[in-house]
Amino acid sequence: MANVLELQSVRKAFGSEVVLNNLSLQVPEHTATVLIGASGSGKSTLLRCINLLETIDDGQILLDGLEITDPAIKVDDVRRRLGMVFQSFNLFPHKTVLENITLAPVKVQNKSVEEARDIAKKLLSRFDLADKADQYPDRLSGGQQQRVAIIRSLAVNPRLLLLDEITSALDPVLVNEVLSIVRDLKHDGMTMVLATHEMGFATQVADEVCFLESGNILERGSAEQVLKNPSNPKTQEFLKRVHQAGRL
Amino acid sequence: MSEKKTSAWSPSSRELERRALRRKLSRKQAIIAAVSSILVLGTLTIILITSPGWEVVKATFFDIQYGKEVFPTVVKGLWINLQLTFFGGLAIGIIAMGLALLRTTKSPALTPFRFLATAYVDIFRGAPLILIILLVGFGVPALRLQGISSNVIVLGTIAVVLTYSAYVAEVIRSGILSIHPSQRAAARSLGLTSGQTMRYVVLPQALRRVVPPLLNDFVSLLKDTGLVSILGVTDAVRAAQINASRTFNYTPYVVAAILFLLITIPMTRYTDRAIRQRTQAQNSEGAI
Repeated sequence: MANVLELQSVRKAFGSEVVLNNLSLQVPEHTATVLIGASGSGKSTLLRCINLLETIDDGQILLDGLEITDPAIKVDDVRRRLGMVFQSFNLFPHKTVLENITLAPVKVQNKSVEEARDIAKKLLSRFDLADKADQYPDRLSGGQQQRVAIIRSLAVNPRLLLLDEITSALDPVLVNEVLSIVRDLKHDGMTMVLATHEMGFATQVADEVCFLESGNILERGSAEQVLKNPSNPKTQEFLKRVHQAGRL
Repeated sequence: MSEKKTSAWSPSSRELERRALRRKLSRKQAIIAAVSSILVLGTLTIILITSPGWEVVKATFFDIQYGKEVFPTVVKGLWINLQLTFFGGLAIGIIAMGLALLRTTKSPALTPFRFLATAYVDIFRGAPLILIILLVGFGVPALRLQGISSNVIVLGTIAVVLTYSAYVAEVIRSGILSIHPSQRAAARSLGLTSGQTMRYVVLPQALRRVVPPLLNDFVSLLKDTGLVSILGVTDAVRAAQINASRTFNYTPYVVAAILFLLITIPMTRYTDRAIRQRTQAQNSEGAI
């Protein structure tokens, strides 16, 4: 299976603080890679680097074998092939649900408004949000907003979906309606990299789980292996703390 | 949403007691408000009309007969203020938007323009409007450039536009900067270019947010058009001045002030309402 995404010895520092240190990662097509680790371990920075929202200090990031960290590459063209969902939804408050979803298809992919609306409406009804199409985001619950944000990133047919702690801002009751979408996408064969604190969910969707600590992947493997039988003492310690917090 | 009960409901005796008490309390508050208003306004009126110079002031500032007489000339002058506000406002909007965009762009090709925009804003925001009017009004014709109008109305408008576009540019820029970077990040990750992000995501939210300060500036603009009278433009202020200095009766000034108020007060009331309505319709933080 070809790698959709490949990170080779990536380094990223903010000033003197090294956030990603010599980090390498391969994400084959149709797989889900789950990043776990404490806050500040570099999960979000890693996703932002892949999306070129941050520039890396060393190493390479390849998307379908093409180096996207090449300064000569067109950033907008790269981002067109990536979908990103944020912890805080980041829907556009001045646009309705439908307008949020159709903006990129119309302006970036030059689709006709009708075509973009058709795609958006299909996605909305697939995820039970058809009746919210003309609402403004502020009228929706957090779970609904995050589902719309996922649909918005899907509407441009991304090659790779990046999900950055998408349930961290939601109350526990709403978490599942968001995670079930991700399960559906996984079932459809979407290639994903996701940072999460939901270990149960990680077990369900992850093809590979990576435990990040101080900007490096300390342990990686199947969910079974990393989450149930971690070999690294730091992974054990982290999972113990998660367990105590009642999240496993 | 919770299901509504269709069964008949009648308020409990406790609820009826509460309502009666609320009515009583609000009646009490209304009485307090009325008494205090009468006291304050009454005192002010008494101070005014019992002041030693009141009769003279009444005759020279509130001469209704003379007010009626000068009314048409002052209104004619006000028409100039309105035209100046309208055309000036259009020019201000366009120039200010350009300045704000220039000052927020990071495009390297526009670097010199960014510096110029900053200098422009610094100069025209920092210098008193009346000086700018004098400098443009008397300085520009002295250059004797071909094709430059020496019409005082045009020159006065240019001076006002120079100053106000600097103010308005700063208001728009502050609106642009107030949009959270996560909005930009979301737009860029969808593949929108920085220009598209500005146009479809940042600017619409920013402009909505700065509507109230912009409307304040618009009201100020209308008032400040009165300053072009120093160039000899026969606007409402100048028309009133001519009449006042002819008769030493200052009623024309009061007439001009009332006319300005008749326009500016509904304008502020209307915009307050418009903002409130949109806030309710969209209930978005963008409209606050």
